[in-house]
Amino acid sequence: MAFLDFRGGSGRVQIVSKRRATCGRHSWSPRVGACVQRTHLVRKRALLGGSNKPRLHVGSGAMEGAMQTESKIRADSRTEPGPRGPGCSLRHFACEQNLLSRPDGSASFLQGDTSVLAGVYGPAEVKISKEIFNKATLEVILRPKTGLPGVAEKSRERLIRNTCEAVVLGALHPRTSITVVLQVVSDAGSLLACCLNAACMALVDAGVPMRALFCGVTCALDSDGTLMLDPTAKQEKEARAVLTFALDSVERKLLMSTTKGLYSDAELQQCLAAAQTASTHVFRFYRESLQRRYSKS
Amino acid sequence: MKETPLSNCERRFLLRAIEEKKRLDGRQTYDYRNIKISFGTDYGCCIVELGKTRVLGQVSCELVSPKLNRATEGILFFNLELSQMAAPAFEPGRQSDLLVKLNRLLERCLRNSKCIDTESLCVVAGEKVWQIRVDLHLLNHDGNIIDAASIAAIVALCHFRRPDVSVQGDEVTLYTLEERDPVPLSIHHMPICVSFAFFQQGTYLLVDPSEREERVMDGLLVIAMNKHREICTIQSSGGIMLLKDQVLRCSKIAGVKVVEITELIQKALENDQKVRKEGGKFGFAESMANQRITAFKMEKAPIDTSDVEEKAEEIISEAEPPSEVVSKPVLWTPGTAQIGEGIENSWGHLEDSEKEDEDEGGNDEAVILDGIKMDAGVDVSHIGSQDAPIVLSDSEEEEMIILEPDKNPKKIRTQTISATQVKAPSKKPVKKRKKKRAAN
Repeated sequence: MAFLDFRGGSGRVQIVSKRRATCGRHSWSPRVGACVQRTHLVRKRALLGGSNKPRLHVGSGAMEGAMQTESKIRADSRTEPGPRGPGCSLRHFACEQNLLSRPDGSASFLQGDTSVLAGVYGPAEVKISKEIFNKATLEVILRPKTGLPGVAEKSRERLIRNTCEAVVLGALHPRTSITVVLQVVSDAGSLLACCLNAACMALVDAGVPMRALFCGVTCALDSDGTLMLDPTAKQEKEARAVLTFALDSVERKLLMSTTKGLYSDAELQQCLAAAQTASTHVFRFYRESLQRRYSKS
Repeated sequence: MKETPLSNCERRFLLRAIEEKKRLDGRQTYDYRNIKISFGTDYGCCIVELGKTRVLGQVSCELVSPKLNRATEGILFFNLELSQMAAPAFEPGRQSDLLVKLNRLLERCLRNSKCIDTESLCVVAGEKVWQIRVDLHLLNHDGNIIDAASIAAIVALCHFRRPDVSVQGDEVTLYTLEERDPVPLSIHHMPICVSFAFFQQGTYLLVDPSEREERVMDGLLVIAMNKHREICTIQSSGGIMLLKDQVLRCSKIAGVKVVEITELIQKALENDQKVRKEGGKFGFAESMANQRITAFKMEKAPIDTSDVEEKAEEIISEAEPPSEVVSKPVLWTPGTAQIGEGIENSWGHLEDSEKEDEDEGGNDEAVILDGIKMDAGVDVSHIGSQDAPIVLSDSEEEEMIILEPDKNPKKIRTQTISATQVKAPSKKPVKKRKKKRAAN
């Protein structure tokens, strides 16, 4: 931390040390001769109730002020997983495949604290009433953690089913059924996207033929128009609009979109473009996890 | 899906092996499979793995009015669900017998044994009590569901923390999780079920049967015990006839097993509490094994969204403006309006008289409102003059124009959804819009 040492009386400001701030939130600005808070944290300050202008820490109160903001930021980041700047970030991802012995394919997908377990049975026998003569019948079942499944689960099942039907090559297995069963293990935001990702990995694990992989990305727009990717439950609650997209891996085309809230068409296109950028990372994660599993080295 | 039947040779093989004191997975007669307990980030969430059988347990609470005949006691609710991913045979309609049996056994084990102090769940006598709900989901069925479920239930209950409540006279304050630390439930003892499978009319017995062994067993004896050697529930099913000393022997074995399992549970709970107190990482992500090649983790990835605005503006500028929506509502009576007319009658031409009646009737009663944006006449002529083939969208409604030779065309069915027939479509943005509408 650079200290500004006021020598009483002479009125000179002497710079004691020019070392970069240890707290990392402040960068030394030689022009100004003081610690200037980096502007990318301006929004965080707004959240904490400060003003929007970059602050200058000058004077003997500087140390305390700086330490206070540092501890505030640290405390804040403990409640949310990691600091999020205006540049968005995806939470910590984890995926485990083939963890259940009975289903043909299974995968557990974790995004931060949200976790979904998917099991796939198929292609398997289908009831005569549900069979389709020229392609496979795809069924998606989503079970919440507490309570009985309701209308929200039904609508999510339908969205996931529409996405899967667009990519699964059902024509290769006529008169069969492919069942995807999803169990919500914990819900901390972006649940539908996590379900889509888990379903995709489980379908890959089961060996169901698909024309492309797909992934789910959730965007949230808060009241001042900031875009957040992969929002937590708290961010989703406070957001003005929450948009979930399912994108395919070949050309990042849109397979499914579902939105909630108010947004303009420019914002929609922005969210979609951001989701396409994020999906590149998700697909790279898929590829790396499958490479780890199937490569010989 | 129907249950795949067990072949006779498999059945014989298993029975012969059991006669020779051999089990398929190499265990001894009284050995349990490995038990693994992992906790989630919320309180009250746990996954228990008994070998390959996996059960997810979650406890939740709610303030409700108490039952009329038990005004000072809280309410406990248990629900075990056999998820369809656990076994292909578990379909919603097909599992009722097994489901009822398991649920009933679980309830007897946990509720009737009074392991949870329900009096402590009372907030205001007669008005507000806590309802504790335990949801168990079977994720993978590899035998011995009841043991795994009872372990999951008791672990979840011990792990759970309910919000703190304070009562001062008439005022009841419910503190949120941020205001005050949540409070654990008061649990007297931990009843755990131990299952014994009997073969060849009670001659051979196995502890913790796997799924194959359950298929060939004659009967099942379940004893729920706690570490103080108190039997909470005992149930014998399958119609086997057991001798008194067989039952006593089983209860002794159960006593030993329960002590081991209780120790394991205590250790797991302590570990989790320690990790949480120290501020370390906890949750399912941490309990995922790193070394497996089927598991993979990726740290937080920042995404560069600096160019989204330019991309979005590009797309919007390239896109055609949305087509004008023409809807001509026909108001029949206050409260009844009509937009469009549905599909054309495909039964053949109506007789002239019928048609005239219809038209007259329509004209007399209906009040026709003008379209919002475009003039009706202009619209008709525009569509009528189009010679190019009209591209139909997925909607079943066909775009039809009924023209009366001598009257002004008033009844026009316009498709409010599709943007394709009016202008030459520019592929990408229109497709996106159409797909969105189809999804919605």
